[in-house]
Amino acid sequence: MTIKASLPRKIFLVCNTVFLLLIAFVCVAPFINLLAVSFSDKVAVEAGEVTFFPIGFTTVSYEFITNTSKFFVSLLISLKRVAIGVPLNLLLIIITAYPLSKSKTDFGARNIFSWFFVVTILFNAGLIPTYMVVRTTGLIDSVWSLVLPGALPVFSMLVVMNYMRSLPKELLEAAYIDGAGHVQTLLRVVLPVSLPTIATVTLFSVVDHWNSWFDGMIYMNHIENYPLQTYLQTVVVNPQEFMRNNTDLSGNLSKYLSLVSARTTGAAQMFLAMIPILLIYPYLQKYFTTGLVMGSVKE
Amino acid sequence: MFAALKRKDKLIRELPLYIMLIPAVVLVAIFSYGSMGGVIIAFQKFVPAKGMFGDQQWIGLQNFHTLFAMPNIGPVIRNTVIIAFCKMIAGIVVPVVFALLLNEVRHVLTKRMFQTLVYLPHFLSWVILSGILINVLSPTGGFVNVLLGKVGIQPIYFLGSPTAFPITMVVTDIWKGFGFGSVIYLASLTSINPALYEAAVIDGANRWKQTLHITLPGISSMIVLMTVLGLANILNGGFDQIYNMYSPVVYSTGDILDTFVFRLGIEQAQYALSTAAGLFKSGVSMIFIIVSYYLADKFTGYRVF
Repeated sequence: MTIKASLPRKIFLVCNTVFLLLIAFVCVAPFINLLAVSFSDKVAVEAGEVTFFPIGFTTVSYEFITNTSKFFVSLLISLKRVAIGVPLNLLLIIITAYPLSKSKTDFGARNIFSWFFVVTILFNAGLIPTYMVVRTTGLIDSVWSLVLPGALPVFSMLVVMNYMRSLPKELLEAAYIDGAGHVQTLLRVVLPVSLPTIATVTLFSVVDHWNSWFDGMIYMNHIENYPLQTYLQTVVVNPQEFMRNNTDLSGNLSKYLSLVSARTTGAAQMFLAMIPILLIYPYLQKYFTTGLVMGSVKE
Repeated sequence: MFAALKRKDKLIRELPLYIMLIPAVVLVAIFSYGSMGGVIIAFQKFVPAKGMFGDQQWIGLQNFHTLFAMPNIGPVIRNTVIIAFCKMIAGIVVPVVFALLLNEVRHVLTKRMFQTLVYLPHFLSWVILSGILINVLSPTGGFVNVLLGKVGIQPIYFLGSPTAFPITMVVTDIWKGFGFGSVIYLASLTSINPALYEAAVIDGANRWKQTLHITLPGISSMIVLMTVLGLANILNGGFDQIYNMYSPVVYSTGDILDTFVFRLGIEQAQYALSTAAGLFKSGVSMIFIIVSYYLADKFTGYRVF
């Protein structure tokens, strides 16, 4: 549109920008505060002096984490979980979505299987029965308890399936006439053109595995097996736990206790746990708008 | 003869598809359907040592009677519905308004910058966000209360007072999700035919009138769809969020079905009772999901598959 903006329009645009800036600030401010707290002196933090800049700049909280806590043990577990869980999710999404994307004439049992998976969205057995199944399968305290129960993210699978269904039929027929079987069609034709959607569900899968904490809490009996978010849940969200952990005062710990508080070390650990998300975030944003909207909402 | 041959041919053609489905079917059968079988303990006097499919004593609906005789079940259901309902309404209104305002920003880079900043909280876990919020909202030295203090407002116990807690839950939930919630509306805004706006300008409609008569109707089907699908979550108050931020002080207004089931099951080891509560929730939820999907299909043509 090339009409000239009127005066009220200009006033609106300025106010709108200021308002949106304010909103954006509210979204980010807590994170800036977190970063400032993690680099600040314990006393200034407790007194509530720290807002957006560190006061009494110090890296002692980070030293404390590096030297004394189980942070890096749990970080490794989380990385392992992502490394196993995400490829597993993807594989199952793809090999499940492809058959279900076939029409009923091409795959007679399509609807039966579709309902088989969709029922799990509709009905959830709840906490205790799920826990008991995982225990019966002997997965407790193993990383497999974190990846196998959710190995097929049904919603993501439906997104990919809907996308595959929207592919032009001629494309698949051409492959069939050229003598390609299902496996070849999937690998050579369907997968390459489905990449944006698959990228979207990959990133969701990464975020999901990285952020999960509850399964770690119920399926892991020992704190050494906790993934990162579960570990953070116990030491950061419940600071009493922090104090309890510190009753076994070794020399190393007591050196730091006068310098750090649950607040400063908590902030430092939360900031470190955010870094992977911050790193993949630009890629996330590039894909999720197109990828998700394409697959889930058909107009 | 010929038909039989064709049938065999079809089976051979479909065989790879069946094979592809095996891994997912096996896993879902074990973990989802296996657990569904486990809900039978809601009808048993369950003794964990005998195992899930062991020789348990059947007691019919007695667990449900015990459950609904508990004095706090009423408030728990009320809290769940109130918190989820407020989240649902605010979760529609705020993203729509935000999308409309953002749509007025014509400068692409500025728009992108706003989006990047407001999407951020959505991708972080409630563990991290709760950790941050507990700090930031703390009445002792949390920076929100410090800022409020500067304009002369007494410290507010956002997480420690039964009146403030549910409001804090709704507001922080919106804070986490409104940016991401707006994605879908921004996408449907771009699909509105620009010719409509040009026609409106010729007819002398100002920007406000255009919003009212073109933009809003243009995205109304999406708003209806999101509202209807939101109904499915009316018993989901948000376990991750509430569990990480509540405390016994705010149980009266902040305890929801999921946190209640968790405390009953894991902390008090009342397996059968907890499962009964979970089954009640799942059953009602299922009805809401089916109804909302049906309505979504009827009003907007949305289908899951």
